[in-house]
Amino acid sequence: MSELLKTALHAEHVALGAKMVEFAGYDMPVQYPLGVLKEHLHTREKAGLFDVSHMGQCFIIADDGKFETAAKALEKLVPASIQDLEPGQQRYSQFLNADGGILDDLMISRLGHPGTEHYLYLVVNAGCKADDFKHIEKHLPKGVKLSVKDDQMSLIALQGPRAKDVLGCFNPAVEELTFMTHTDVELSNIEGGPVWAHISRSGYTGEDGYEISARHEDMVRLWKELIKYEDVEAIGLGARDSLRLEAGLCLYGHDIDTSTSPIEAGLIWSIQKNRREGGKYLGAKRVEDEIKTKPSRKLVGILPEGRAPAREHTEIQDMDGKTIGEITSGGFGPTYGGPVAMGYVARKFAKAGTPVQLIVRGKARPAKVAKMPFAPHNYHRG
Amino acid sequence: MSLHYTEDHEWIAIDGETGIIGISAYAAKALGDVVFVELPDIGTELDKGDEAAVVESVKAASEVYAPIGGEVTEVNGALEDEPAKVNEDPSGDGWFLKIKIADLGELEGLMNEEAYKKYCDGL
Repeated sequence: MSELLKTALHAEHVALGAKMVEFAGYDMPVQYPLGVLKEHLHTREKAGLFDVSHMGQCFIIADDGKFETAAKALEKLVPASIQDLEPGQQRYSQFLNADGGILDDLMISRLGHPGTEHYLYLVVNAGCKADDFKHIEKHLPKGVKLSVKDDQMSLIALQGPRAKDVLGCFNPAVEELTFMTHTDVELSNIEGGPVWAHISRSGYTGEDGYEISARHEDMVRLWKELIKYEDVEAIGLGARDSLRLEAGLCLYGHDIDTSTSPIEAGLIWSIQKNRREGGKYLGAKRVEDEIKTKPSRKLVGILPEGRAPAREHTEIQDMDGKTIGEITSGGFGPTYGGPVAMGYVARKFAKAGTPVQLIVRGKARPAKVAKMPFAPHNYHRG
Repeated sequence: MSLHYTEDHEWIAIDGETGIIGISAYAAKALGDVVFVELPDIGTELDKGDEAAVVESVKAASEVYAPIGGEVTEVNGALEDEPAKVNEDPSGDGWFLKIKIADLGELEGLMNEEAYKKYCDGL
Protein backbone atom coordinates (compact mmCIF):
# COMPACT_ATOMS: atom_id res chain seq x y z
CA MET A 1 0.00 0.00 0.00
CA SER A 2 1.26 3.45 -0.86
CA GLU A 3 1.89 5.91 1.93
CA LEU A 4 -1.12 7.86 3.17
CA LEU A 5 -1.39 11.54 2.40
CA LYS A 6 -1.35 14.00 5.28
CA THR A 7 -3.11 17.33 5.56
CA ALA A 8 -1.19 20.36 6.79
CA LEU A 9 -2.96 19.91 10.14
CA HIS A 10 -1.92 16.28 10.62
CA ALA A 11 0.53 17.05 13.43
CA GLU A 12 -2.18 19.03 15.25
CA HIS A 13 -4.51 16.01 15.24
CA VAL A 14 -1.79 13.72 16.53
CA ALA A 15 -0.89 16.24 19.25
CA LEU A 16 -4.55 16.36 20.35
CA GLY A 17 -4.54 12.57 20.73
CA ALA A 18 -6.76 11.79 17.74
CA LYS A 19 -7.36 8.25 16.57
CA MET A 20 -6.21 8.34 12.95
CA VAL A 21 -7.69 6.24 10.15
CA GLU A 22 -7.35 6.01 6.39
CA PHE A 23 -10.00 8.00 4.53
CA ALA A 24 -9.87 8.62 0.78
CA GLY A 25 -6.11 8.06 0.80
CA TYR A 26 -5.50 10.45 3.71
CA ASP A 27 -4.54 9.73 7.30
CA MET A 28 -7.46 11.50 9.02
CA PRO A 29 -8.79 11.89 12.60
CA VAL A 30 -11.88 9.70 13.08
CA GLN A 31 -12.25 10.84 16.69
CA TYR A 32 -10.41 12.69 19.42
CA PRO A 33 -10.24 11.66 23.09
CA LEU A 34 -13.68 13.24 23.68
CA GLY A 35 -15.26 10.45 21.56
CA VAL A 36 -17.83 10.48 18.75
CA LEU A 37 -20.92 10.92 20.93
CA LYS A 38 -19.65 13.90 22.92
CA GLU A 39 -18.01 15.46 19.85
CA HIS A 40 -21.38 15.32 18.12
CA LEU A 41 -23.25 16.91 21.03
CA HIS A 42 -20.56 19.53 21.55
CA THR A 43 -20.90 20.66 17.92
CA ARG A 44 -24.68 21.08 18.29
CA GLU A 45 -24.30 22.89 21.63
CA LYS A 46 -21.15 24.99 21.17
CA ALA A 47 -18.68 24.77 18.29
CA GLY A 48 -16.83 21.97 16.52
CA LEU A 49 -13.64 22.41 14.51
CA PHE A 50 -13.15 20.04 11.56
CA ASP A 51 -10.16 19.54 9.28
CA VAL A 52 -11.63 18.96 5.83
CA SER A 53 -8.45 19.72 3.90
CA HIS A 54 -8.67 16.33 2.19
CA MET A 55 -11.51 17.75 0.11
CA GLY A 56 -10.65 19.14 -3.32
CA GLN A 57 -10.52 22.89 -3.87
CA CYS A 58 -10.23 24.41 -7.33
CA PHE A 59 -11.03 27.44 -9.45
CA ILE A 60 -12.60 27.61 -12.89
CA ILE A 61 -11.52 30.78 -14.66
CA ALA A 62 -12.06 32.03 -18.23
CA ASP A 63 -9.10 33.52 -20.14
CA ASP A 64 -11.30 36.42 -21.29
CA GLY A 65 -11.79 37.43 -17.65
CA LYS A 66 -15.57 37.14 -17.92
CA PHE A 67 -17.65 35.37 -15.26
CA GLU A 68 -20.27 34.50 -17.89
CA THR A 69 -17.77 32.47 -19.93
CA ALA A 70 -16.73 30.30 -16.96
CA ALA A 71 -20.31 30.01 -15.68
CA LYS A 72 -21.61 28.83 -19.07
CA ALA A 73 -18.87 26.21 -19.21
CA LEU A 74 -19.68 24.86 -15.71
CA GLU A 75 -23.43 24.85 -16.45
CA LYS A 76 -22.73 22.11 -19.02
CA LEU A 77 -21.66 19.84 -16.14
CA VAL A 78 -24.07 20.60 -13.29
CA PRO A 79 -27.86 20.96 -13.01
CA ALA A 80 -27.64 24.13 -10.88
CA SER A 81 -27.96 27.59 -12.35
CA ILE A 82 -24.51 29.22 -12.29
CA GLN A 83 -24.78 32.27 -14.56
CA ASP A 84 -27.09 34.04 -12.12
CA LEU A 85 -24.75 33.57 -9.11
CA GLU A 86 -24.04 36.95 -7.55
CA PRO A 87 -20.52 37.71 -6.34
CA GLY A 88 -20.26 36.21 -2.85
CA GLN A 89 -23.00 33.63 -3.42
CA GLN A 90 -22.66 29.85 -3.11
CA ARG A 91 -24.73 26.89 -4.36
CA TYR A 92 -24.81 23.14 -3.84
CA SER A 93 -24.89 20.95 -6.96
CA GLN A 94 -23.76 17.64 -8.49
CA PHE A 95 -21.63 16.45 -11.37
CA LEU A 96 -23.62 13.94 -13.44
CA ASN A 97 -22.55 11.36 -15.97
CA ALA A 98 -24.24 11.11 -19.38
CA ASP A 99 -26.88 8.77 -17.89
CA GLY A 100 -27.83 11.23 -15.15
CA GLY A 101 -26.06 9.29 -12.37
CA ILE A 102 -24.23 11.33 -9.74
CA LEU A 103 -20.42 11.45 -10.11
CA ASP A 104 -19.98 13.71 -7.08
CA ASP A 105 -21.72 16.46 -5.15
CA LEU A 106 -20.04 19.81 -4.63
CA MET A 107 -20.22 23.43 -3.52
CA ILE A 108 -19.88 26.15 -6.16
CA SER A 109 -19.11 29.78 -5.28
CA ARG A 110 -18.62 32.94 -7.27
CA LEU A 111 -15.89 34.91 -5.55
CA GLY A 112 -16.84 38.38 -4.38
CA HIS A 113 -13.51 40.10 -3.80
CA PRO A 114 -12.84 42.91 -6.31
CA GLY A 115 -10.78 41.60 -9.19
CA THR A 116 -11.84 37.98 -8.61
CA GLU A 117 -15.57 38.26 -9.35
CA HIS A 118 -15.12 36.14 -12.48
CA TYR A 119 -13.67 33.23 -10.46
CA LEU A 120 -15.71 30.11 -9.76
CA TYR A 121 -14.51 28.31 -6.64
CA LEU A 122 -15.43 24.64 -6.20
CA VAL A 123 -15.17 22.28 -3.23
CA VAL A 124 -15.50 18.58 -4.11
CA ASN A 125 -15.30 15.30 -2.17
CA ALA A 126 -11.89 13.87 -1.32
CA GLY A 127 -12.68 10.40 -2.66
CA CYS A 128 -13.84 11.77 -6.01
CA LYS A 129 -11.50 14.70 -6.55
CA ALA A 130 -9.00 13.09 -8.92
CA ASP A 131 -11.84 11.89 -11.19
CA ASP A 132 -13.69 15.20 -10.82
CA PHE A 133 -10.70 17.20 -11.98
CA LYS A 134 -10.28 14.90 -15.00
CA HIS A 135 -14.00 15.19 -15.75
CA ILE A 136 -13.89 19.00 -15.56
CA GLU A 137 -10.79 19.28 -17.76
CA LYS A 138 -12.22 16.91 -20.33
CA HIS A 139 -15.35 19.00 -20.73
CA LEU A 140 -14.13 22.58 -20.35
CA PRO A 141 -14.07 24.45 -23.66
CA LYS A 142 -10.97 26.20 -24.96
CA GLY A 143 -10.36 29.40 -23.07
CA VAL A 144 -11.67 28.15 -19.71
CA LYS A 145 -9.19 26.66 -17.27
CA LEU A 146 -9.23 24.52 -14.16
CA SER A 147 -6.80 25.48 -11.42
CA VAL A 148 -6.44 22.95 -8.59
CA LYS A 149 -5.45 24.47 -5.25
CA ASP A 150 -5.00 21.41 -3.00
CA ASP A 151 -1.23 21.79 -2.96
CA GLN A 152 -1.55 25.30 -1.47
CA MET A 153 -4.86 25.55 0.36
CA SER A 154 -6.23 23.89 3.49
CA LEU A 155 -9.91 23.82 4.41
CA ILE A 156 -11.49 23.70 7.85
CA ALA A 157 -15.06 23.98 9.13
CA LEU A 158 -16.15 25.67 12.35
CA GLN A 159 -19.71 24.54 13.07
CA GLY A 160 -22.23 25.14 15.80
CA PRO A 161 -24.10 27.93 17.60
CA ARG A 162 -20.88 29.46 19.05
CA ALA A 163 -19.04 29.51 15.70
CA LYS A 164 -20.15 33.07 14.93
CA ASP A 165 -18.88 34.56 18.18
CA VAL A 166 -15.58 32.69 18.01
CA LEU A 167 -14.73 33.53 14.39
CA GLY A 168 -16.02 37.06 14.93
CA CYS A 169 -13.10 37.62 17.33
CA PHE A 170 -10.77 37.45 14.33
CA ASN A 171 -12.84 39.68 12.06
CA PRO A 172 -16.38 40.85 12.92
CA ALA A 173 -17.24 41.00 9.20
CA VAL A 174 -17.88 37.24 9.21
CA GLU A 175 -20.86 37.76 11.54
CA GLU A 176 -22.66 39.65 8.74
CA LEU A 177 -22.58 36.71 6.32
CA THR A 178 -25.81 34.79 5.78
CA PHE A 179 -26.14 31.07 4.93
CA MET A 180 -24.54 30.16 1.60
CA THR A 181 -22.70 33.46 1.14
CA HIS A 182 -19.00 34.06 1.51
CA THR A 183 -16.29 36.66 1.68
CA ASP A 184 -12.52 37.05 1.51
CA VAL A 185 -11.12 38.76 4.59
CA GLU A 186 -8.06 39.19 6.73
CA LEU A 187 -8.28 37.47 10.12
CA SER A 188 -6.27 39.22 12.84
CA ASN A 189 -5.26 38.46 16.44
CA ILE A 190 -3.30 35.43 15.25
CA GLU A 191 0.18 34.60 16.43
CA GLY A 192 2.65 35.16 13.60
CA GLY A 193 0.50 37.74 11.83
CA PRO A 194 -2.85 38.09 10.09
CA VAL A 195 -4.27 35.35 7.87
CA TRP A 196 -6.01 36.00 4.56
CA ALA A 197 -8.94 33.58 4.26
CA HIS A 198 -11.90 32.70 2.10
CA ILE A 199 -14.84 32.21 4.45
CA SER A 200 -18.29 30.90 3.63
CA ARG A 201 -21.24 30.63 5.99
CA SER A 202 -22.01 27.00 5.28
CA GLY A 203 -21.05 23.50 6.29
CA TYR A 204 -22.39 19.97 6.42
CA THR A 205 -23.67 19.51 9.95
CA GLY A 206 -27.04 21.29 9.81
CA GLU A 207 -25.67 23.92 12.20
CA ASP A 208 -24.80 27.55 11.65
CA GLY A 209 -21.10 27.88 10.96
CA TYR A 210 -18.32 28.49 8.52
CA GLU A 211 -15.97 26.82 6.10
CA ILE A 212 -12.61 28.52 5.95
CA SER A 213 -9.99 28.17 3.24
CA ALA A 214 -6.45 29.50 3.73
CA ARG A 215 -2.90 28.68 2.74
CA HIS A 216 -1.45 25.63 4.51
CA GLU A 217 1.01 27.46 6.77
CA ASP A 218 -1.57 30.11 7.68
CA MET A 219 -4.17 27.45 8.45
CA VAL A 220 -1.94 25.78 11.01
CA ARG A 221 -1.64 29.10 12.85
CA LEU A 222 -5.40 29.76 12.61
CA TRP A 223 -6.24 26.22 13.87
CA LYS A 224 -3.97 26.74 16.88
CA GLU A 225 -5.83 29.96 17.77
CA LEU A 226 -9.31 28.48 17.27
CA ILE A 227 -8.65 25.38 19.37
CA LYS A 228 -7.67 27.60 22.33
CA TYR A 229 -11.30 28.69 22.77
CA GLU A 230 -13.12 26.85 25.51
CA ASP A 231 -16.22 26.55 23.32
CA VAL A 232 -14.25 24.90 20.51
CA GLU A 233 -13.44 21.18 20.34
CA ALA A 234 -11.75 19.34 17.47
CA ILE A 235 -14.23 16.96 15.84
CA GLY A 236 -13.37 13.83 13.85
CA LEU A 237 -14.89 12.12 10.84
CA GLY A 238 -17.05 9.88 13.08
CA ALA A 239 -19.11 12.76 14.45
CA ARG A 240 -19.01 14.52 11.09
CA ASP A 241 -20.91 11.52 9.73
CA SER A 242 -23.50 11.34 12.53
CA LEU A 243 -24.03 15.13 12.34
CA ARG A 244 -24.68 15.13 8.60
CA LEU A 245 -26.94 12.07 8.87
CA GLU A 246 -29.10 13.72 11.52
CA ALA A 247 -29.21 16.82 9.32
CA GLY A 248 -30.52 14.65 6.46
CA LEU A 249 -27.56 15.47 4.21
CA CYS A 250 -26.38 12.95 1.60
CA LEU A 251 -22.95 11.35 1.77
CA TYR A 252 -21.40 10.57 -1.60
CA GLY A 253 -20.62 6.88 -2.13
CA HIS A 254 -23.40 5.93 0.30
CA ASP A 255 -26.65 7.85 -0.24
CA ILE A 256 -25.75 9.01 -3.73
CA ASP A 257 -23.51 7.50 -6.42
CA THR A 258 -23.48 6.85 -10.17
CA SER A 259 -26.56 4.62 -9.88
CA THR A 260 -28.71 7.35 -8.27
CA SER A 261 -30.04 10.55 -9.80
CA PRO A 262 -30.54 13.93 -8.12
CA ILE A 263 -34.32 13.49 -8.37
CA GLU A 264 -34.31 10.06 -6.69
CA ALA A 265 -32.09 11.53 -3.98
CA GLY A 266 -34.56 14.35 -3.32
CA LEU A 267 -32.14 17.02 -4.50
CA ILE A 268 -34.56 18.84 -6.83
CA TRP A 269 -34.29 21.86 -4.52
CA SER A 270 -30.71 22.24 -5.79
CA ILE A 271 -31.93 22.58 -9.42
CA GLN A 272 -33.19 26.12 -10.01
CA LYS A 273 -36.49 26.46 -11.95
CA ASN A 274 -34.86 27.78 -15.15
CA ARG A 275 -32.71 24.61 -15.30
CA ARG A 276 -35.49 22.02 -14.98
CA GLU A 277 -36.06 21.67 -18.73
CA GLY A 278 -34.22 22.23 -21.99
CA GLY A 279 -31.49 19.56 -21.69
CA LYS A 280 -28.78 22.07 -20.92
CA TYR A 281 -26.26 19.86 -19.08
CA LEU A 282 -24.69 16.40 -19.14
CA GLY A 283 -27.16 13.83 -17.81
CA ALA A 284 -30.14 16.19 -18.13
CA LYS A 285 -32.35 13.66 -19.91
CA ARG A 286 -32.79 11.33 -16.92
CA VAL A 287 -33.26 14.26 -14.55
CA GLU A 288 -35.95 15.86 -16.73
CA ASP A 289 -37.71 12.56 -17.38
CA GLU A 290 -37.83 11.86 -13.65
CA ILE A 291 -39.12 15.36 -12.89
CA LYS A 292 -42.02 14.67 -15.29
CA THR A 293 -42.80 11.01 -14.61
CA LYS A 294 -41.50 10.76 -11.01
CA PRO A 295 -38.69 8.33 -10.19
CA SER A 296 -39.46 4.69 -9.31
CA ARG A 297 -37.71 5.04 -5.94
CA LYS A 298 -36.89 7.84 -3.54
CA LEU A 299 -34.39 8.55 -0.80
CA VAL A 300 -36.30 8.92 2.47
CA GLY A 301 -35.63 9.25 6.17
CA ILE A 302 -36.22 6.09 8.22
CA LEU A 303 -36.81 5.97 11.96
CA PRO A 304 -36.37 2.49 13.46
CA GLU A 305 -38.62 1.82 16.45
CA GLY A 306 -36.74 0.78 19.57
CA ARG A 307 -33.04 1.42 20.01
CA ALA A 308 -31.36 -0.89 17.49
CA PRO A 309 -29.55 1.09 14.77
CA ALA A 310 -30.02 -0.11 11.16
CA ARG A 311 -26.75 0.24 9.29
CA GLU A 312 -25.91 0.75 5.62
CA HIS A 313 -27.18 -2.10 3.33
CA THR A 314 -29.93 -3.14 5.76
CA GLU A 315 -32.84 -4.52 3.74
CA ILE A 316 -36.11 -2.55 3.88
CA GLN A 317 -39.32 -4.58 3.49
CA ASP A 318 -43.00 -3.67 3.35
CA MET A 319 -45.27 -5.08 6.04
CA ASP A 320 -45.88 -8.16 3.88
CA GLY A 321 -42.17 -9.01 3.82
CA LYS A 322 -41.50 -7.89 0.26
CA THR A 323 -38.18 -6.10 -0.36
CA ILE A 324 -38.78 -2.43 -1.19
CA GLY A 325 -35.34 -0.93 -0.73
CA GLU A 326 -32.14 -0.61 1.26
CA ILE A 327 -30.67 1.62 3.98
CA THR A 328 -27.81 3.76 2.61
CA SER A 329 -26.78 5.49 5.86
CA GLY A 330 -27.78 4.51 9.33
CA GLY A 331 -26.63 4.82 12.89
CA PHE A 332 -27.41 6.43 16.19
CA GLY A 333 -28.38 10.10 16.29
CA PRO A 334 -26.98 11.52 19.53
CA THR A 335 -29.07 14.70 19.35
CA TYR A 336 -32.20 12.87 18.19
CA GLY A 337 -31.57 10.36 20.97
CA GLY A 338 -32.18 7.19 19.00
CA PRO A 339 -31.41 5.35 15.80
CA VAL A 340 -31.80 7.28 12.54
CA ALA A 341 -31.30 6.23 8.93
CA MET A 342 -31.91 7.06 5.32
CA GLY A 343 -32.43 4.80 2.37
CA TYR A 344 -34.16 4.27 -0.94
CA VAL A 345 -37.69 2.84 -1.08
CA ALA A 346 -40.08 2.23 -3.96
CA ARG A 347 -42.01 5.44 -4.55
CA LYS A 348 -45.34 4.28 -3.16
CA PHE A 349 -43.71 3.74 0.23
CA ALA A 350 -42.01 7.14 0.30
CA LYS A 351 -44.67 9.04 2.23
CA ALA A 352 -43.72 10.04 5.79
CA GLY A 353 -45.42 7.79 8.31
CA THR A 354 -45.47 4.68 6.11
CA PRO A 355 -44.70 1.62 8.25
CA VAL A 356 -41.86 -0.59 6.99
CA GLN A 357 -39.68 -3.37 8.41
CA LEU A 358 -35.91 -3.45 8.61
CA ILE A 359 -34.08 -6.75 8.53
CA VAL A 360 -31.39 -6.37 11.20
CA ARG A 361 -29.31 -9.52 11.82
CA GLY A 362 -32.05 -11.68 10.35
CA LYS A 363 -34.87 -10.22 12.46
CA ALA A 364 -37.61 -7.98 11.06
CA ARG A 365 -37.81 -4.81 13.12
CA PRO A 366 -40.54 -2.17 12.79
CA ALA A 367 -39.67 1.29 11.45
CA LYS A 368 -41.36 4.26 9.83
CA VAL A 369 -40.59 6.45 6.85
CA ALA A 370 -39.93 9.89 8.31
CA LYS A 371 -39.32 13.47 7.31
CA MET A 372 -35.74 14.68 7.45
CA PRO A 373 -33.83 16.36 9.03
CA PHE A 374 -33.86 14.42 12.31
CA ALA A 375 -32.30 17.38 14.11
CA PRO A 376 -33.58 20.83 13.07
CA HIS A 377 -31.34 22.92 10.82
CA ASN A 378 -29.97 26.01 12.52
CA TYR A 379 -28.74 27.93 9.49
CA HIS A 380 -28.34 31.69 9.71
CA ARG A 381 -30.54 32.89 6.87
CA GLY A 382 -30.43 36.53 8.00
CA MET B 1 -14.97 -16.93 41.15
CA SER B 2 -12.29 -17.21 38.52
CA LEU B 3 -12.00 -14.72 35.69
CA HIS B 4 -10.91 -15.56 32.15
CA TYR B 5 -10.41 -13.45 29.01
CA THR B 6 -10.50 -14.10 25.25
CA GLU B 7 -8.34 -12.52 22.56
CA ASP B 8 -11.54 -10.83 21.33
CA HIS B 9 -11.77 -9.02 24.69
CA GLU B 10 -14.70 -10.85 26.25
CA TRP B 11 -14.45 -11.88 29.90
CA ILE B 12 -16.16 -14.75 31.62
CA ALA B 13 -16.44 -15.08 35.40
CA ILE B 14 -17.02 -18.61 36.64
CA ASP B 15 -19.35 -19.13 39.60
CA GLY B 16 -19.94 -22.85 39.97
CA GLU B 17 -21.88 -23.98 36.91
CA THR B 18 -22.69 -20.40 35.88
CA GLY B 19 -20.59 -18.22 33.59
CA ILE B 20 -21.13 -14.45 33.56
CA ILE B 21 -20.01 -12.84 30.30
CA GLY B 22 -19.09 -9.25 29.46
CA ILE B 23 -16.54 -7.21 27.51
CA SER B 24 -13.31 -5.87 28.94
CA ALA B 25 -12.53 -2.25 29.81
CA TYR B 26 -10.08 -2.28 26.91
CA ALA B 27 -12.87 -3.26 24.49
CA ALA B 28 -15.33 -0.76 25.96
CA LYS B 29 -12.82 2.04 25.54
CA ALA B 30 -11.98 1.03 21.97
CA LEU B 31 -15.68 0.87 21.00
CA GLY B 32 -16.45 4.29 22.39
CA ASP B 33 -19.87 5.26 23.72
CA VAL B 34 -22.16 2.24 23.53
CA VAL B 35 -25.64 3.18 22.29
CA PHE B 36 -27.27 -0.23 21.91
CA VAL B 37 -26.76 -3.81 23.09
CA GLU B 38 -28.59 -6.74 21.53
CA LEU B 39 -28.82 -9.69 23.88
CA PRO B 40 -29.71 -13.30 23.09
CA ASP B 41 -32.99 -14.96 24.00
CA ILE B 42 -32.96 -16.93 27.24
CA GLY B 43 -32.59 -20.61 26.44
CA THR B 44 -30.34 -20.04 23.43
CA GLU B 45 -27.69 -22.76 23.17
CA LEU B 46 -24.32 -21.20 22.47
CA ASP B 47 -21.23 -23.04 21.30
CA LYS B 48 -17.82 -21.65 22.14
CA GLY B 49 -17.15 -18.83 19.62
CA ASP B 50 -20.83 -18.30 18.67
CA GLU B 51 -22.14 -14.77 18.41
CA ALA B 52 -23.69 -14.17 21.82
CA ALA B 53 -24.56 -10.46 21.63
CA VAL B 54 -24.05 -7.35 19.54
CA VAL B 55 -22.77 -4.07 20.90
CA GLU B 56 -23.18 -0.86 18.91
CA SER B 57 -21.42 2.49 19.17
CA VAL B 58 -22.49 5.63 17.27
CA LYS B 59 -20.38 4.50 14.39
CA ALA B 60 -20.44 0.70 14.15
CA ALA B 61 -21.78 -2.65 15.35
CA SER B 62 -19.46 -5.29 16.88
CA GLU B 63 -20.14 -8.89 17.82
CA VAL B 64 -19.58 -10.35 21.26
CA TYR B 65 -18.65 -14.06 21.10
CA ALA B 66 -19.28 -16.76 23.66
CA PRO B 67 -15.92 -17.49 25.40
CA ILE B 68 -17.20 -21.03 26.10
CA GLY B 69 -20.38 -22.92 25.29
CA GLY B 70 -23.57 -23.11 27.36
CA GLU B 71 -27.25 -22.28 27.60
CA VAL B 72 -28.27 -18.66 28.16
CA THR B 73 -29.99 -18.45 31.56
CA GLU B 74 -30.16 -14.69 32.16
CA VAL B 75 -29.44 -11.43 30.30
CA ASN B 76 -28.71 -7.96 31.67
CA GLY B 77 -31.97 -6.27 30.70
CA ALA B 78 -30.80 -2.98 32.27
CA LEU B 79 -28.54 -2.48 29.22
CA GLU B 80 -31.62 -1.96 27.03
CA ASP B 81 -32.34 1.40 28.62
CA GLU B 82 -28.85 2.17 29.81
CA PRO B 83 -26.32 0.84 27.30
CA ALA B 84 -23.80 3.36 28.69
CA LYS B 85 -23.32 1.00 31.67
CA VAL B 86 -21.02 -0.98 29.36
CA ASN B 87 -18.63 2.00 29.29
CA GLU B 88 -19.11 2.99 32.92
CA ASP B 89 -18.62 -0.42 34.51
CA PRO B 90 -17.68 -3.04 31.90
CA SER B 91 -16.65 -5.67 34.43
CA GLY B 92 -19.55 -5.05 36.82
CA ASP B 93 -22.99 -3.51 36.04
CA GLY B 94 -22.14 -3.68 32.36
CA TRP B 95 -22.27 -7.50 32.18
CA PHE B 96 -24.14 -8.98 29.21
CA LEU B 97 -25.39 -12.50 29.93
CA LYS B 98 -25.17 -15.59 32.10
CA ILE B 99 -24.85 -19.13 30.80
CA LYS B 100 -25.14 -22.59 32.28
CA ILE B 101 -21.73 -23.91 31.43
CA ALA B 102 -21.68 -27.00 29.21
CA ASP B 103 -18.03 -27.98 29.64
CA LEU B 104 -15.57 -26.27 31.98
CA GLY B 105 -12.78 -27.84 29.91
CA GLU B 106 -13.41 -25.20 27.25
CA LEU B 107 -11.81 -22.62 29.54
CA GLU B 108 -8.48 -24.07 28.52
CA GLY B 109 -6.60 -21.58 26.36
CA LEU B 110 -8.34 -18.49 27.76
CA MET B 111 -6.17 -15.93 29.53
CA ASN B 112 -6.14 -15.05 33.20
CA GLU B 113 -6.15 -11.39 34.24
CA GLU B 114 -2.38 -11.04 34.24
CA ALA B 115 -1.93 -12.70 30.85
CA TYR B 116 -4.74 -10.60 29.39
CA LYS B 117 -3.15 -7.39 30.67
CA LYS B 118 0.10 -8.34 28.96
CA TYR B 119 -1.83 -9.20 25.80
CA CYS B 120 -3.45 -5.73 25.73
CA ASP B 121 -0.15 -4.00 26.42
CA GLY B 122 1.21 -5.69 23.32
CA LEU B 123 -1.62 -4.45 21.06
